[in-house]
Amino acid sequence: MSTETTETTESTSGPPAKSGAPGPRALARRRRRASVARFWKEYRKHRAGVVGLATLVLFVLVALTAPLTVGSDVDSVTDAPGQPLESPSGRFPLGTDQFGRSLLGLLIWGSRVSLLVGLLAAVLSVLIGALIGITAGHFRGWYATVMMRITDWFLVMPTLVLAIVLATVLSRSLGTIVLAIGVTTWPTTARLVRAQTLAVESRPYIERAKALGGGHWHIMSRHVLPNVMPLILAQTTLIISSAILAEATLAFLGLGDPAVVSWGGLLQDAREAGSVSSGDWWYLVPPGIGIAVVALAFTLCGRAVEAVLNPRLGVSR
Amino acid sequence: MSSTVPDGAPGVAPDSAPPLLSVRGLHVTFPGRRGAAAARAVDGVDLDIRRGEIVALVGESGCGKTTLARSLLGLVRPTGGRVTFDGAPLGYSARALKAYRRRAQLVLQDPSGSLNPRHTVYDIVAEGLRIHGHAGDERTAVAEALSRAGLRPPERFFLRYPHELSGGQRQRVVIAGALVLQPELLVADEPVASLDASVRGEILALLLRLRTELGLSALVVTHDLGLAWNIADRVAVMYLGRIVETGAVEQVLTAPRHPYTQALLSVLPEAPGAPVVLTGEPPDPAYIPGGCRFHVRCPVLASGEAGRAGVADACRNGELEILRGGDESQVACHWARAERPAAERAG
Amino acid sequence: MRDLKVTYPGGAAAVRGVDLTLAAGEKLGIAGESGCGKSTLALALLRLLPPGARVGGEILLDGEDVLTMKWGRVRAVRWAGASIVFQGAMHSLNAVHRVGDQIAEPILLHRRATPAGARRRAGELLEQVGLPAARASAYPHELSGGQRQRVMIAMALACDPRLIVADEPTTALDVMIQAQILRLIEGLVGEQDVGLIMISHDLAVLADTCDRLAVMYAGRVVEEGPARQVYDDARHPYGRALSEAFPTIGDPASRFAPRGLPGDPPDPAAVPSGCAFHPRCPVALDLCATRDQPLRDAGTRRRAACVHVGPDATVPPDGAGATAGSGTPEGDTAPVANGAAEGGKRAEGGKPKPAGGAADGDDEVADGRSGGGGRGAGGVASAEDDGVRSSAP
Repeated sequence: MSTETTETTESTSGPPAKSGAPGPRALARRRRRASVARFWKEYRKHRAGVVGLATLVLFVLVALTAPLTVGSDVDSVTDAPGQPLESPSGRFPLGTDQFGRSLLGLLIWGSRVSLLVGLLAAVLSVLIGALIGITAGHFRGWYATVMMRITDWFLVMPTLVLAIVLATVLSRSLGTIVLAIGVTTWPTTARLVRAQTLAVESRPYIERAKALGGGHWHIMSRHVLPNVMPLILAQTTLIISSAILAEATLAFLGLGDPAVVSWGGLLQDAREAGSVSSGDWWYLVPPGIGIAVVALAFTLCGRAVEAVLNPRLGVSR
Repeated sequence: MSSTVPDGAPGVAPDSAPPLLSVRGLHVTFPGRRGAAAARAVDGVDLDIRRGEIVALVGESGCGKTTLARSLLGLVRPTGGRVTFDGAPLGYSARALKAYRRRAQLVLQDPSGSLNPRHTVYDIVAEGLRIHGHAGDERTAVAEALSRAGLRPPERFFLRYPHELSGGQRQRVVIAGALVLQPELLVADEPVASLDASVRGEILALLLRLRTELGLSALVVTHDLGLAWNIADRVAVMYLGRIVETGAVEQVLTAPRHPYTQALLSVLPEAPGAPVVLTGEPPDPAYIPGGCRFHVRCPVLASGEAGRAGVADACRNGELEILRGGDESQVACHWARAERPAAERAG
Repeated sequence: MRDLKVTYPGGAAAVRGVDLTLAAGEKLGIAGESGCGKSTLALALLRLLPPGARVGGEILLDGEDVLTMKWGRVRAVRWAGASIVFQGAMHSLNAVHRVGDQIAEPILLHRRATPAGARRRAGELLEQVGLPAARASAYPHELSGGQRQRVMIAMALACDPRLIVADEPTTALDVMIQAQILRLIEGLVGEQDVGLIMISHDLAVLADTCDRLAVMYAGRVVEEGPARQVYDDARHPYGRALSEAFPTIGDPASRFAPRGLPGDPPDPAAVPSGCAFHPRCPVALDLCATRDQPLRDAGTRRRAACVHVGPDATVPPDGAGATAGSGTPEGDTAPVANGAAEGGKRAEGGKPKPAGGAADGDDEVADGRSGGGGRGAGGVASAEDDGVRSSAP
């Protein structure tokens, strides 16, 4: 791309206005702001989605401010403030665990890990799935056949079993958990994205893009991706909730990072400490509820996002 | 209006200039599925388009006109024959095709489908510039293309989405997107078929204006003969992959010689005389009859007139050659030639 | 239909007061473009509008008001009293059922025959529409577009209705198939003395096939009369524009002079004030923006809703049909105000001024539009020039 030195620069960034009117970048910014505003207005109409979003915001705030509110030493076993397995009281609103640590503090501290792992794992999963889905849908031919067979292979494999195997083989750390969940949940996304890609590519504007001279990269990034994005976003939020559940499951099964507090880990500790039989409900119930609520909140958001974005794929309102 | 060029077609280059686009012996064959016969969508076509000329390509569905149009743009690879643009044969490497795309552009039928619903008008028109790397102010080029296409003031349309525009405005955006690259040839596939009747005239007038202002040549693919009458200089009638009649619009549409063209014209609501309604469906390009490919449905053959003219046998068995691409009137029909051999020799 | 009004949920007034009558065996054509309400009219006839649509007025079918019928009676009337050939036969046929079964479906629903009898009748109907009875066992995707449309017509005839409504029956079809289908419809309707309402945007097709013609714009009938007359000599400017939109081949006046109207058909949710056509009208007066025009007498059995029509009207100027390209280029940005403010068409005191029509293109001609106005005037000359030029070897 050649550039002229005088008043113009490359094609995508306009010069600051000739006649006071905005250049292409400013236009794009304006457009994005307008569409975000529009999206939010539509989203607000879905009660369930708003509730889910509020819940999420609450949890995220709690997780982000955890270093301030409870501090990292809440999981220190040696400096445990209370007696083991105390029932809830004024001093410990959710009682203590088997080491005497405040359970409320542990719950808040553990939310960081659960949310983080859930998010990272979901992002990884969707990235792989979207990449494979778009390329398989666009290129077709033998490449697509091979990729789709690989997808099928991963699809039928029991997710949990594979995650367990991976977590066992690799070192026990958060990264492993993220990896394990990420590489086992992408097939659903891949299949959905591929189907959507095929649908998008049959539309006339793809032919127009080819007629304009667009190559593979241009078509996939400028045309297919924006049209597939709503699907991907909706999938992401749904997968986050299952990733959080998967993380909890793996931690519960003892495959999580033992040095890190997470809700699943709390559940595992609870089980090992015999809370089930001894009736120490404050150990079991709060983490379980926390997992369920966060997963539900993400699902509600995902549904609302899907509902808002999908009608816009149509031509007329 | 400008001076020396006659009123009818001010943009058309003199006969001596070489044609802008020249097609020789084009064949496009699609393989059949699972052992079915191959479909010969385009079965031997010669066509010339001169600078500043508007050529209408008419025919029914399945006759191959859409395939022919797309192969002229390099979107479909021909299985035989040659396409020459501005004297140079068309290369099919990615780079050659991309360079070609700056000079020949496409306007599709359905403006709603041709526009990505998630892009703004500005992005849609600027797309071509971005693909080819435009050296110069993108915004000015987009504004100019939009106003040439009749959307004024262009700034008001920059941030609109396609679903906020009417059908006619969308088609103008498509045309602006094609114009922004300053092409020399426009291939329009049913440009007004999906538009309302009252809007049709404006879009057609726009195409004519572009020819006058920019010297743009156009190949308009359509099944609507009225459209050809409205804006085309020449018309080529296609049937089953071959051009069966071609010539100046005034001649072909007022005095058609091929029985197929005659039938097509006779069924139009305003046509004089009795309508000749051909029976049956448009045929399948996988099973092309021998001899004259139209003879199976030909009313002239069926009524015995061909027999009386002594060409019935030729109709059934005699192959017809590919018509030349130039602008003289030609017809691929045994009977028409037998009826008027003098005219045929002169044309 | 008496003063039919239909408003969709959301406020779009699709039909704003339509009066039409149809005698038995008569053929009525309704012409109009997108958003004019013609398809809504067809659906309203059989109460097929979506729930939430408000319907006012009366639709009398054989004397009974369809809009106030009890539900059971509506179902009996549907198909047996009046049937519809829907637009887009591609999607109106269920892809997983054989066409014979689909034709037999209404027969069985109205309990007119046993299953065997229904199958036999389906075969007869297929023969009537020009398909072999053996095709009853085909699936829709095995048939071509023209054949599917024939199946739709056979379905419409299945219960011997008194009225058939054909909504754009030939729009997606080739010219030749269109001719076949129209011929078929005409023949069947003539044989069985069935009333026909044909809806289309192609005025020429309707003029050929129907006895009477009504032109709709923005939910109202703006012109009505004998089909041939309305087509050849429309009194309403919109009717004139529609009939000019599809040129007559061989007419030198339309050579290189495509005719259309600036702007777009109005959105039913935002109908312009006064006469709904005034923003696009080449002969609009000042009062057209404020006063809506009722239908007035325009000859024997003819009516048109235009201020220029009727015993006390001013004579419309010549060449009042807008030549495309002499309309303003701003026409496409047309919010109503813009089009209405467009200078050249208005004058004081109700005197009309031609919008740079065919005769003298001077004032309206600006850069790049020399094609439109000039060609219209020089039409004949240019055609001859062309003829001379191109036949020279």
